[in-house]
Amino acid sequence: MTHSTISRRGALKLGTAAAASAVAMPFFARNGLAAGEPIKLGSLLDGSGALGLEGKRMIETTEYAVDLINKAGGLLGRPIKIFAYDTQSSMQLYTQYAQQLALKEKVDVIQGGITSASREAIRPIFGRSKTLYFYNTQYEGGVCDRNVFCTGTTPAQTVNHLVDYALKTWGKKAYIIAADYNYGHITASWMTKFMKEGGGSVAGTDFFPLDVTNFSSAISRIQQAQPDLVLSALVGANHSGFYRQWDAAGMKSRIPVASSVFGLGDELTTMDASTTNGIVTCYGWYNDLPDARSVEFVKGMQAKFGADVTDLSELDTATYDGIMLWAEGVKKAGSLDRDKVLAALESGISYEGPTGKVTMDGATHHTIRNTYLARPKDKKWEILASFPEQFPADTAGACDLLKNPKTNKQFTPDLKG
Amino acid sequence: MAPDLVGLLSFNVLAGIATLALITLGLGVIYGMMRIINLAHGEFMMLGAYTAVAATDAGLNIWVAMLVLPPLVVGLIGLVLERTVIRFLYGRMMDTMLATWGISLGLIGLVTSVYGNVVRGVSTPVGSFEIGRYGASLYSLVIVAVACAALAGLYLLLRLTKFGLILRATMQNPRMAASLGVSPDRIYMATFALGAGLAGLAGGVLAPISGISPAMGAAYISRAFITVLGGGPAIITGTGLASTLFGFINELVSFKTTPVIGDVALLVAAVLLIRVLPQGITGRYLRRSL
Repeated sequence: MTHSTISRRGALKLGTAAAASAVAMPFFARNGLAAGEPIKLGSLLDGSGALGLEGKRMIETTEYAVDLINKAGGLLGRPIKIFAYDTQSSMQLYTQYAQQLALKEKVDVIQGGITSASREAIRPIFGRSKTLYFYNTQYEGGVCDRNVFCTGTTPAQTVNHLVDYALKTWGKKAYIIAADYNYGHITASWMTKFMKEGGGSVAGTDFFPLDVTNFSSAISRIQQAQPDLVLSALVGANHSGFYRQWDAAGMKSRIPVASSVFGLGDELTTMDASTTNGIVTCYGWYNDLPDARSVEFVKGMQAKFGADVTDLSELDTATYDGIMLWAEGVKKAGSLDRDKVLAALESGISYEGPTGKVTMDGATHHTIRNTYLARPKDKKWEILASFPEQFPADTAGACDLLKNPKTNKQFTPDLKG
Repeated sequence: MAPDLVGLLSFNVLAGIATLALITLGLGVIYGMMRIINLAHGEFMMLGAYTAVAATDAGLNIWVAMLVLPPLVVGLIGLVLERTVIRFLYGRMMDTMLATWGISLGLIGLVTSVYGNVVRGVSTPVGSFEIGRYGASLYSLVIVAVACAALAGLYLLLRLTKFGLILRATMQNPRMAASLGVSPDRIYMATFALGAGLAGLAGGVLAPISGISPAMGAAYISRAFITVLGGGPAIITGTGLASTLFGFINELVSFKTTPVIGDVALLVAAVLLIRVLPQGITGRYLRRSL
């Protein structure tokens, strides 16, 4: 037997001292904060898994935006530090990391969430912990929650123009295919609503879980219905197979496709030009937009992450907008206090970003922003039209957080109207 | 129903069956002959698809890139993995499951770090054709042809060659085969490589019509397992029959309703089948077939 070098009494003393200092730690830490301590920005994005395609660039944009702010001297004289977790396209990790960021790291703001399912999973957590949350993805609209700001485009700003273009150019009868979760379902409802309002009809609507890879039955169904056009809200890596199979079946030349999601990832760089050409889309920003600020953003990202960054999308500029609008809010409030920043953001803050002028609408917590209609032409975006300062009319139809700050729900379109 | 629609549907059903047979065969060989549940099967397919991507990027002929290289490359990788990992675990089913699962995660990680987590694609080498008013993909015909060739080739290999004879003998009774001078160790090695090669072939052939990403294997593996279990002990006949049954049900129900219900129908059919025939189709019928 060897003798322990620490006596039992000694160990006890040591343990007590350690415990006491551990308890006292937050107190000391709190005192140190106000000085040069970094501001904590929590980031929850899928850097890997099915949504890694989209998430990777959003993570890079987050780093880029925070870098810019820090280089300019930080916020309130303090630098920003990113607390980033890779949620790996898993809902379970979203809730787990959200709790960690809110309760353990106690971050000052959260920027993140890609799918609507992930947003709905973490939104209540930040509501409970009163952690300001920015959701920076184009989505189906309707989120009405005073703690949440949505910077991406919503159907009234984009899908509306998409359907309008399709009705004018292609015909009146549409077939809708969409991903089988809340984004796909609600977007399909908006598509149906806009089609009917424009005097068109919907021949059929099909939903596909994210793991579907074989679209032959879907393509047969579409052919049988003989629509004038197809509206797609398919999402993710597996669903990209649809466009290949659609092209392989020779359908590209027969029935045109418009999509509310296509091209947000790196579809343009990895798919054949023959597969992507002519799929009409409408977003808040395009990689090939010629405006000066847009070019500056692309150049800046390329300088930081390499010249092969040619597949940026609205998801990235919205992430950029989310961080910059929050920074403007903090500057105006002169504090990190959630209620003060909220009030500042609700006062109608705007700034000039890569997409042009972006204004935070206080009543809906959504942005008033420019949107653009474009289609791929030989792996580049050909801009067809632009729509300045689009109002988030879909969300505004039901949501007014200035009048009813206690609202906390997601409104869905009313198809009867 | 119009005749051209019936034609299109039958064509799709045929393509669905061929796809299912193709993704199942490699798993069937490894499971049926060696009783190893290879959870890395989907990743072997993924490697096959990436081989096709790398080969087309290097400017090789598309057909070589899809049909020749993937089975060779993935077969070789299978061989290495068998020598370094699997051979120490024969007869320990749970351990092989764990080991192959680890391999699957490792391969996903490896490919992600090499190619990045992006979706790649290979262009389809052939165009489309018309069935009456409907367009259909000629490439589906390629899939059907490759599936038939793979099934027939495997049959001929097992039935007509000396290697096939030894393989079947080892499968039936490894100790007896060993006492007759055959080295079961080597046969297992060859079988595992063969199974991996077939998985690679499936990946290569499906590459042009799927989104190729490091995690793509997950979308195929459950259907492959269900088909192997439904097929039973006879690899070729079992795979063929179970693919026909499940592929038919899946495609038809998907067309009539949605792909979700189609998958549900496939699962219900599998549950019923296993309930009635716990050993799979060939556990009861055609037991003496290959």
